[in-house]
Amino acid sequence: MTPKRKQRLIFVMVLIVGFGAAIGLALFAFQKNLLYFYSPSQIAESEVEAGQMFRLGGLVVEGSVVRQSDGITTEFDLTDTAGSIKVSYTGLLPDLFREGQGIVAQGKINQQGVFVAQEVLAKHDENYMPPEVAEALKATGAKHPASIPKTTIN
Amino acid sequence: MMQFIHKYGSPKYFYQWSYGWQRWLTVITVLLLGFGLYQGFFVAPPDYQQGESYRIIFIHVPAAWMSMFVYMVMAVSGIVALVWRIKVAEIVIGESAVIGASFTALALITGMLWGKPMWGTYWVWDARLTSELVLLFLYFGVIALHGAFEDPRTGAKAAAILAIVGIINIPIIKYSVEWWSTLHQPATVAKFDKPSMHISMLIPLLVMALAFKTYFMALLFARTRTEVLAREKNASWVKEVVEQES
Repeated sequence: MTPKRKQRLIFVMVLIVGFGAAIGLALFAFQKNLLYFYSPSQIAESEVEAGQMFRLGGLVVEGSVVRQSDGITTEFDLTDTAGSIKVSYTGLLPDLFREGQGIVAQGKINQQGVFVAQEVLAKHDENYMPPEVAEALKATGAKHPASIPKTTIN
Repeated sequence: MMQFIHKYGSPKYFYQWSYGWQRWLTVITVLLLGFGLYQGFFVAPPDYQQGESYRIIFIHVPAAWMSMFVYMVMAVSGIVALVWRIKVAEIVIGESAVIGASFTALALITGMLWGKPMWGTYWVWDARLTSELVLLFLYFGVIALHGAFEDPRTGAKAAAILAIVGIINIPIIKYSVEWWSTLHQPATVAKFDKPSMHISMLIPLLVMALAFKTYFMALLFARTRTEVLAREKNASWVKEVVEQES
């Protein structure tokens, strides 16, 4: 390799390593701001200030969904299997919303400690299978893939 | 290694050897795409949660993989162009940028169309979606720089530097779903664990991924060959080629 080319190759390497390090450090510093949502146990550790608008992510607790008499308000518990928090939402829910499903809600915590959501998004998991396979999994008592909370806690 | 690069990268020799590749890759692409689309859209079973609408995955995921793969091809040819000043590598930067931007746009659009019914929104600013959008802008930047100079070789040099610097975004896209909490789900197939997808859906997906890859290579060869001819239009071998083919 000619000295000229060697010099250019070193320049390229320095460019990659230098830029990589700079971006890496910046992302590390912004770690918290890059989280799309907080989990219920992070709320319990009061990482979010009262009255602050934020996003909350977790699994809808089985059997906790209650529809209010006005027809469009829904209340449910959201958990990350360690902590849990009550959520109230008035509006239309996405198709994938169901018990055991991961969701992300945006809103505030009110005085009663209830998270009042203004928007609810369903979080899909990474599992894909035909309905028969899902049925068979359930029948054998294997954990329903949608209830594995890995994807909601970070 | 250096001899290899210089030999296969000489415009004249490249034009000769790439013809067969371009032709066969096109044939393979048509076969794989036909098989993959049929299997994915008609044979694979519906999903237990999403029903039929999950089928957009057969376009979305291969396109998203290609958006990153093409970027790596572009960045590596950027290094070759910058260090060894190979003309063909300089052309490959510009041509793969255009193809890569298209794959990225396709991945973003199909993702949005899926996101509306499934998540309840077209777009969120989570780490995965944002970093993929940054990738699209990086491609735009490379395309713009590549064509911004009177001398195409200067443009290629500038574009190469941007392409190389942008490599850092690729691991960010890949691991965004693991490093930070995102609305986008984590990897189904490209991970060390067993794929979280039933085999009946996985096979069409992998066939489609392969089809996209051969399509990219066929297209890249075709575009680069055309550009080689245009840039070398004063060389005697190009005159011979033109006389033979016309």
